[in-house]
Amino acid sequence: MRAPEQHRIIFKHIDEPGYTNDIGCYLRNGGYEVLKKAVSRKPEELIEEVKKSGLRGRGGAGFPCGVKWGLVDRKSGKPIYLIVNADESEPGTFKDRYIMHQDPHQLIEGTMISCFANNVKQAYIYIRGEMPHGARILEKAIAEARAANFVGPNILGTGYSCEIFVHRGAGAYICGEETGLIESLEGKRANPRIKPPYFPAVLGLYQCPTIVNNVETLCHVKYIAEHGGAEYAKIGTPGNTGTRIFCVSGHVQRPGYYEFPAGTITMGQLLNDVCGGPLPGRKFKAVIPGGSSAKILRFGERFKGKRKVGTELVDYDWGVEDVPMDFDSLGMIGTMGGSGGVIVMDDTVNMVEALANINAFYSHESCGQCTPCREGSLWMKKITSRMVHGQARNEDAALLKSVADQIPGRTICAFGEACSWPTQSFIAKFGDEFKQYPETKKTAKPVDAVALV
Amino acid sequence: MIAPAKPDLVTVNIDGQEIAVPKGTNVIEAARLVNVDVPHYCYHPKLSVVGNCRMCLIEMGMPAVDPATKAPIMDPATGKQKINWIPRPQIGCGTNVSPGLHVKTTSPMVKDAREGVMEFLLINHPLDCPICDQAGECKLQEQATGYGRGYSRFVEQKNVKPKRTQLGPRVTLDDERCILCSRCIRFSKEIAKDDVLGFVDRGSYSTLTCYPGKKLENNYSLNTVDICPVGALTSTDFRFKMRVWFLKQTIAIDTESSVGANTVVWSREGTIYRITPRRNDEVNDTWLADSARVLYKAVKAVDRLAATETIEALVARAAALFQSAPGAIAVVGSGRSTVEEQFLTRHLATALKASAQLVSRVGQGDKLLISADRNPNVRGALVTGLIKTLPAQQLTDLATQIDAGKIKVVVAINEDLSVAGLTTAQLAKVSIVYLGAHANATSAAAKVVFPTLTVFEKSGAFVNQQFRIQKTLKAVPAAGGATDDLVVLAQLVVAAGGATLPAELAALWKAIAAEVPMLATMTFANLPENGLVLDATPFAALPFVEGETLHYKPAQPAVAAAIA
Repeated sequence: MRAPEQHRIIFKHIDEPGYTNDIGCYLRNGGYEVLKKAVSRKPEELIEEVKKSGLRGRGGAGFPCGVKWGLVDRKSGKPIYLIVNADESEPGTFKDRYIMHQDPHQLIEGTMISCFANNVKQAYIYIRGEMPHGARILEKAIAEARAANFVGPNILGTGYSCEIFVHRGAGAYICGEETGLIESLEGKRANPRIKPPYFPAVLGLYQCPTIVNNVETLCHVKYIAEHGGAEYAKIGTPGNTGTRIFCVSGHVQRPGYYEFPAGTITMGQLLNDVCGGPLPGRKFKAVIPGGSSAKILRFGERFKGKRKVGTELVDYDWGVEDVPMDFDSLGMIGTMGGSGGVIVMDDTVNMVEALANINAFYSHESCGQCTPCREGSLWMKKITSRMVHGQARNEDAALLKSVADQIPGRTICAFGEACSWPTQSFIAKFGDEFKQYPETKKTAKPVDAVALV
Repeated sequence: MIAPAKPDLVTVNIDGQEIAVPKGTNVIEAARLVNVDVPHYCYHPKLSVVGNCRMCLIEMGMPAVDPATKAPIMDPATGKQKINWIPRPQIGCGTNVSPGLHVKTTSPMVKDAREGVMEFLLINHPLDCPICDQAGECKLQEQATGYGRGYSRFVEQKNVKPKRTQLGPRVTLDDERCILCSRCIRFSKEIAKDDVLGFVDRGSYSTLTCYPGKKLENNYSLNTVDICPVGALTSTDFRFKMRVWFLKQTIAIDTESSVGANTVVWSREGTIYRITPRRNDEVNDTWLADSARVLYKAVKAVDRLAATETIEALVARAAALFQSAPGAIAVVGSGRSTVEEQFLTRHLATALKASAQLVSRVGQGDKLLISADRNPNVRGALVTGLIKTLPAQQLTDLATQIDAGKIKVVVAINEDLSVAGLTTAQLAKVSIVYLGAHANATSAAAKVVFPTLTVFEKSGAFVNQQFRIQKTLKAVPAAGGATDDLVVLAQLVVAAGGATLPAELAALWKAIAAEVPMLATMTFANLPENGLVLDATPFAALPFVEGETLHYKPAQPAVAAAIA
C-alpha cells in the first residue's frame, strides 16, 4: 500500500521558499485572522472546540488537551498562567524548533488564543537553553505582535490584556517535565514536584493554577479555533485526531520531518516510502518510534492481539512495518508515540553500544532528586560504558534488566520510566547481542567507525 | 485548660489494623500509631514533604465502589468490600489519609521497592561505617539491615566527592556519605530562615554545598547534623570523639533562656560529649540552638571552684557572719537556680529576715528557641514565692543600702554581683557568702565560698516562659570539691535559725508540695518528661520580657515589642 500524502497544517509554511519569520510575511499569509475572530467569541466556546477536537498533547504523553484545560482550578481567584513548553529535549525530536525558527507567529497566535480561552493574563515561553537563536526569534516576534496589538494590553480593543515572556532555560532535559519546568521558571533547581499535591492545574507556577502545553499543541489549537473542533477531529483517526509530525533520524535515505494525519501511516510506509528506505546495502534492524525514551522495536518481531476498530474487536498481527503510527497502536505494542522522534538503526549498529549512548544521556540528565532514577540511571550507564570500553561480563544483561526494573513507577516524575525503558526494551529485544557482546568485542571495528560514548 | 477541638477523624486500615487518625495525617504517621514502621529518609515530621528518597513506598488501595451507583462492591471470598489496589507503590510521606484507605507495608511489591531503593542508596555510599561518627545511630545502617538485600551487585567505580568540607564553624560535611535527602536544606530554609544550603551538579553527582560566599553559621546549624539520616553532616565538636553506643543518655533542659528547650545529655564515665535536642512538640519541636550544645563545657571549665575546707567549716563561718549582722543581711537568689533551690533560698531569706532579690538577664530573643529572658527560671522564683515582682537588671537598691551601711552581709547564689552593678568598693564593704560553680569577682571578694554544681551535675525543675515545669536530671557526678546546692542551702537555713529541711529531692518535694499551692499535687518523680503547664493566672499582670518564640506568644505583646 502506498503511503498517504503529507498533510501539512502545522508545518504548512516550513521550508516554503520565500516564507520568512517576520510578522509581515505571517500577515500576508492570513496571520492573526484567527485570533481576531477568536477574541470576539466566548472563551468557553473555544475550550469546547478544543474538547471536541480530541486534540492530544504533542509533548510526549499524549494527554488530551481539552481535559487538561478542564482540570484548571478556575474558582480559586488566583491568576491562571499558561506556559509554552519549548524545552524540546527528547533525543530524536526536532519539530518545535522548526516552528519557532521559521513560523514563530503561528505559535504566538496559538498561544494568545489559548490564553484568551482560559482567561490567562500572563504566559511564558520556556525555551530550551540550547536554542538561543530560537529565543531571539521569539522575542523579536513577540515585539512585532505587541506592536501590532496582538499581544499586550487591550488586545485588538477588546479590553483583554495578556503578556508573553520568553524564558530561557539553562540546558537541562528535566526542564521539559512540567513541574520541573515550573520550578525552573520560579528560579529554582528544576526538581519535579510531587503530585499530589502539586498538580499544575491547581498548584502550579507560584502556587497558582497553570496550564503547560507543548509548542506544537498550541499551534494545533490555532488550527482548531480556525476550523472548529469537529472539523479537526475528521483529520486522522478516532482517538488520534489531527496531524502528527514525525522527526525521522538515523539510517534512512531521507531523514527529516514529515506531517501526516495521525494513524493513517504505518511505520513501514514512513520509513520505506517517505524516507526512502535503508541506506544502500543495509537493512533496518531497530527503530525507536517516539524519542529515545520510547521502547525500541526490532524489525522481524510480530505483535499479535485484539484491537478496537469502531466498536468491534479485531485481531491484529503486525510486523514493525505494519504498525500505524498513532498513540494507541504504538501503546498497544508496548512502546509509545511520544514526541514523534523516530530513530532508525540499521544492521551496522551494535545495540550494546547504542544503549551505552542512550544511558549516558539519561544519567547526565537525571535531576538527582529521587533515589531510583538518580542512582539507577548512572549505574546502568556505568555498566554499559564498562561493557563498551572495559570488560563485558556474561551476567551484565541480567543485571542491567534487574537494575532497570527497580526504577519505573517508583519515582516522582516520568524520568524514571524514560531512563529505564531503553534498557528494559533493549535487553528484552536484543538480549542475544548483550550476551554475545564479550565475543563481538573481539572483532576489530572498521577504521572509520564513529567514536563510542 | 481549654480542650482542643476534636479533630475530624479518618479511619484507615494499615496491614489489617483499623485505626482512626486525624484528617491531614500522612500514612507514615498513621502507621506509627499502630506500631508499623514505614522506613524513610527525607521525610521529617517538622519539615515540608518532598518525597524524594522513595524509601517509604508502600502499597495503597481504596474500597471499590460501583462507578454508576456508588454502591460498595463486595468481595465474595471475604465478605468484605473489595479493595482496588493501586498497581504502583505510593509514597507514605506525601499521602494523607483518606476514609477507607488501605495500606500494605509488607507485600512483595513493597519489599521489592525497599530493596531496590536500599541498593541504590548504597552503591555510591562509601561504606566507611568503621570510621563514621553516625555508626550506631545511622538510618542507612538500620534500614539496610531491616530492609536491604544484604549483598552488593555493584562492581563499578563509586562516585568521588569532597570528604571534609567545612560548611561553617560547627558543621563538617562528608559529601560521599550524603544521600541527598535535602533535610538540611529544608531546615535551613524553613526553620532557621537562613537559606544557605543547596545542591550543585546533577544526578548522582549532586553535591551538597553552601551558596557561594555563604556559610552555615547560624545558631541552629547543628540541627542539620541531628536530622542528617546518615554521617554526611557531622558536628565538628563531636566528630571522632566517641562512639555513640558507649554514651549514656540523660534528659535535661536547655538553661540558656526561658524557652527551656528539651535536651538529651550524652555522657560516658563522668564526661559529657554532646547535647542534642529532645522532641517536645509544645516547646522546641525537635530543634535546639547551637549555643545550648556547648553549655556542658562549664562542667570541666578551668575556673571551676573547689573547696579547700569541709562543708561544716564553711557553714560555721557563714553562721558566724549571719549572727554578726542581724537585720542587715540581703539574699541575692538566682533565676538560674532550680525550683528546689529557689524554694530553699526563700526559706533562707525568711530565716535571715532578709530581703530576697533576683538579677534579671535580658537580651535579644531570636524568635525561635532563645527568648529575651536569659534566666531559665524566673517563673520558678515566682511560683515558689522567692520573689513577687520581676527582677531588675541592676541591684540599685542593694547598692544604696550598702552605701548607707544598712546591709553588712550578702548571700549571693550563682550571681556575680559586680555584673549586677555593685562596685568593687561596695563588694569590699560587705561580707559576702557566695554559692556558685565558677570563680568570678564576687567569689574572689567573698568571705565564704561554697563551690556548688553546674546544672549537669544535679537534678531539679525549671519553669519556662509558658509556665511549664520541666525536669532536668543529673548526667554526671559532681566535680571534686563541689557540694550540691541543695545540701548547702539546707544547712545554711539551719545555720540561719530556720527549720530543718531535706536536701534530697523526693523528700524536699513533699515540703514544696505542702507549702506551694501551685505545686501541691506534684512529686519530682511524677513530673512528666515533657513537662506540665502550671496555671499562670496569678502572674498574668506581670510585664514579662519575652517576645514571640516557637510555640510561645506573649500575653502582653506591647511590653514585648517595647523590649525588642
